[in-house]
Amino acid sequence: MNDELNLEAVTSQYFDVLKELGNIGAGNATTALAQMLQCKVDMKVPQVNLLEFDEVGAVMGGEEQIMAGIYLCVEGDISGSIMFLLEKKAARHLVTKLMGMDMGNGEDFNEIEISALKEIGNIITGAYLNSLSTMTNLKIFPSVPDLTIDMAGAILSVPAIEFGTLGDKILLIQTQFTDDCELDGYFILVPDLESYEKILGALGLR
Amino acid sequence: MSETIKVGMADLKVCIAPDSITTLGLGSCVGIAIRDPINKVGGLAHVMLPDSTAIRQNNNIYKFADTGIVELVRLMEQQGAVRKRMVAKIAGGAQMFAFQNKSDLVRVGDRNVEASKQKLKELNIPILAEDTGDSYGRTVIFHPETGDFVIRAVGKPEKVI
Repeated sequence: MNDELNLEAVTSQYFDVLKELGNIGAGNATTALAQMLQCKVDMKVPQVNLLEFDEVGAVMGGEEQIMAGIYLCVEGDISGSIMFLLEKKAARHLVTKLMGMDMGNGEDFNEIEISALKEIGNIITGAYLNSLSTMTNLKIFPSVPDLTIDMAGAILSVPAIEFGTLGDKILLIQTQFTDDCELDGYFILVPDLESYEKILGALGLR
Repeated sequence: MSETIKVGMADLKVCIAPDSITTLGLGSCVGIAIRDPINKVGGLAHVMLPDSTAIRQNNNIYKFADTGIVELVRLMEQQGAVRKRMVAKIAGGAQMFAFQNKSDLVRVGDRNVEASKQKLKELNIPILAEDTGDSYGRTVIFHPETGDFVIRAVGKPEKVI
């Protein structure tokens, strides 16, 4: 294990792999989403970016943009966490579609809607982790998801702090889903330092 | 015309009244506002982690409560603020997810608040008010003119501490 590894040193080759992982993962997630919603869902090629802490909020439309954040811990051969973020409006859209009716008044999510949103997050992150697991042949077990709806900056402080122990940047995978409207989703995967080595090793990059 | 200066994550800024300083969407991070009430020099730091000595990648002194506060005080002194007169207010340090992780990052919000208080105590800067903990994000605006520390959160009324 290399003690000097930090995010700044992540190679462009690794980026390509992550992009591909993101692509396959998001592809799986899209299929899962389409099955769940029983409609056609398209997606664009995901963008993978290593961003300064400051820039992340801006990508999502400002630190005060209200987002739904779904957060899970990951255990098994690698450990860390994964977060999936969705604009509140997009979250509302998906929940309404999933439940087949608009239950809320458009403002706060009720208990059933929150549960539905957790399930959406679970399926999307699960599909993503599945492709990572298949590609790397590593066992990955996600925990039960937790959800919060708050300012983007506040939600992002959680993975940012985890990345903060590694460096000054955060790795963001941005995916755009389209059913009858465009939905921006963001994945943030935070493996711990040892797990980075394992993922790279499993992919034959180290 | 007064300006509002923006502080990002793992960042800090100093201003002189009538200007004000803001940082958006504090989650588990802590915002530390320090003010010299006589010459109205104010500073705001947005720190992410409690302790620079616990982590190998610690080049960014703005990121940590211990080093960030020291640097903020130093920059304020450069602008004419006097340490003995300084007073502080702090906000943030929420736990955004109820979910518990086994790592030492658990309750990082609380630890950020503790570390900030500890450092301010070491520097003999009294804390006049705080709005910390709980589970929601906060946007803060600090006015060195009056010392008002305005706190906004989603779905909650604005408050001033």
